[in-house]
Amino acid sequence: MSTLDPTLESPVVRETTSIGLGQSVATAGVLTTSDHKTIGKVLVGGSLLGLLAVAVVGVILGVERVDGDATLLDADDHSQLFAAFRVGLVEAAVVPLLLGVSVFVVPLQLGARSLAFPRLAAAGWWSWLAGVGLLVISLAFNGGPLGGDATMVELYLGANILVLGGLTAVATTLATTVLTTRAPGMRLHRAPLFSWAALVGSIAIVAVLPVAIGSHILQFVDYRYGGAAFGGSSGIWPWTSYLYTGPVLGITAVFAAGFVADIVAVTFRKRFPHRAVALIGLGLIGTAAFAGIGQQDVITLPGTGSEVRLENFATKAGFLAVWGMFTRLPVLGVAIVMGISALVAKPAKAAASTPRPNLNAPFVFGFFGLGLAVVGMLGAAAIGIEDLGLQGTVFEEGAAMATIYGSVLAGLGAATYWFAKASGRKLPELQVGGLATLGALGGALASVPYLIAGFLDQPAASASWANDGPGELLNALVVAGHAAVGLTVLAFAGLVAKSWRSGTDAGDDPWSGQTLEWATMSPAPADNFSTTPTVMSPEPLLDLKAKPSFDDGSGPS
Amino acid sequence: MYALPPAPPPPPRRQMLIGTAIASVGVCTLIGGMLAVYIRLRESVRDAGESWVPEGVTIPEVPSNVMLISFFVLVLFAQWAVYATRRGDRVHIGLSLGLVGIVGLAIINAQAYVYNQLALPAADSTYATMFYAVTGTMTALVIIGLVFTAITAFRLLGGRESDKEIVAAHALYWYVLAAVFSALWLIVYVSK
Repeated sequence: MSTLDPTLESPVVRETTSIGLGQSVATAGVLTTSDHKTIGKVLVGGSLLGLLAVAVVGVILGVERVDGDATLLDADDHSQLFAAFRVGLVEAAVVPLLLGVSVFVVPLQLGARSLAFPRLAAAGWWSWLAGVGLLVISLAFNGGPLGGDATMVELYLGANILVLGGLTAVATTLATTVLTTRAPGMRLHRAPLFSWAALVGSIAIVAVLPVAIGSHILQFVDYRYGGAAFGGSSGIWPWTSYLYTGPVLGITAVFAAGFVADIVAVTFRKRFPHRAVALIGLGLIGTAAFAGIGQQDVITLPGTGSEVRLENFATKAGFLAVWGMFTRLPVLGVAIVMGISALVAKPAKAAASTPRPNLNAPFVFGFFGLGLAVVGMLGAAAIGIEDLGLQGTVFEEGAAMATIYGSVLAGLGAATYWFAKASGRKLPELQVGGLATLGALGGALASVPYLIAGFLDQPAASASWANDGPGELLNALVVAGHAAVGLTVLAFAGLVAKSWRSGTDAGDDPWSGQTLEWATMSPAPADNFSTTPTVMSPEPLLDLKAKPSFDDGSGPS
Repeated sequence: MYALPPAPPPPPRRQMLIGTAIASVGVCTLIGGMLAVYIRLRESVRDAGESWVPEGVTIPEVPSNVMLISFFVLVLFAQWAVYATRRGDRVHIGLSLGLVGIVGLAIINAQAYVYNQLALPAADSTYATMFYAVTGTMTALVIIGLVFTAITAFRLLGGRESDKEIVAAHALYWYVLAAVFSALWLIVYVSK
């Protein structure tokens, strides 16, 4: 049975596209669309707005914490804002950004005309949008964790269910698309690495988010009927924080690593070697999902306490195995992808045979982003080591910020890379490269100082702390970091808006790409490909370029 | 633009079946996560020396057992629909899907009977809220299954008799629900 959207191929769609209709009709088209490109674009646009908003909240929270006196907000307001910040970062920013880019590009990479279940993806997008709107309302009117207004707290829990359900729906369509709509000849191991990463990440999201939906349903019913099983509104955060912190955030790094694997091959103009190992590496990052399924925000490795003896050896080994499996396997996966990427970048022995690298802004975004995400994942593993005494300190927030902002940077790199397929234009390289550097600096400043402050025992999620030593400087750096990330997002959105109208023409293949999305025109037409492409290797476009006889003569402009 | 060699349209690749399988992963983790929290709360109440099920409350075991048996009967009918579709037997398709619908409704009826017999206000205790949240979510999944059954029946009886995949996907969904309910039955109705 085919679930491709037939309306995308209808003559009416083609005609209205070609002759152009009024603005209202175009708007109605966006509102009712099931085209994966439009859904992807609106998801990315919405997530950029969300990202900007949470960066501003991050600055406010940071300012409040700078001197440890908590003078701006009372303790409850601070805690509510803190929860809103963390929930927003995950549900309104990084996850929709990565899913949006994937929804836009994966069918193009696979040589498909549409997503599988496109209407489900559209329903997911609307559900997400409505849920985020309700979340904002509930948080603005004293709802959310520690909220004082009962109706708004219920609204917060219900809105969360809506948001998580929407994201799960989008992830379901994405995973099904990769598994079922690949071009002829594109076996799963030949799928582009970003598409493979999207598959792994989507399945991880489908496995994890329903667990969180279940938590919210239980809390909603309990709260609605005056129960105290979860401690009222003050129990919301402790029971759901596992989704916004710790090892589970490693899921976002799957998308980042997949993008880096794709872009590094294009940048260094080589085929990506050892693909099977890279596919396994990306799969290993997906094991971060187990922390979410187990509802664990920290995988604890108990301290030295008692020395290792024969009788407690099995217990100690068990703790080590669980900690290692849930926190180190994802890091190992990233290390594998980065290691093979380093092989791609390594010059050949015969210098003449090494193609000249084409260093570009998306690569800079991806490189910094994945690096930052790894720092965060290592931090999430370190929190579990009891002897370090990091639990309950801002170290946790630093690690989460590094993973999230790292993945966001990679997402912005991906948006830059595939911008041509959305608009037919190219973003200005120099400015975007500068933004990538600013974003990386901001991400590092928003996270690394907290990693240090964690060792100085600054408490988590609190604006009051003993102000001695370099704490004030570290907190000030965090404020600067959030501001830099906010500025990066704002400037990126501005560049996108400007380039969309008056940017330079990108041509069909501006990066000398290797995968199928560059084989169609820019911007990609309604049904993506006029004929169904045939694939013989993981780099079908590279194969084609090696055979000039297949070129129709128009080539990339 | 590069021209790639044309190829025939891609054959169908079991989108409905694979999509249902992926969604079923979500169903399993949804109920699994809720049961995990249920067990954790139950243990914390018992560790405090209190009774998890409030005094005087008796869970009606007969309808809950009937629900479990009904699920297994239902998947048999769903599998019968798959078999009938393969043979192109329109009468048996209608009959089997109709029976799936009836048994599904019977499960909802049994759940409503449990609620009625229990006579336990939701605000009464932690047990009550957890019980209603978990079983209510399960009932919602059954209702989704019934909608799936109705859509499958309309498609097949409307003339798409060759559409075997949706019937297989429909059966898969009910298999998953039967497995999920088995776990729920054991934890919520048997060990309580």
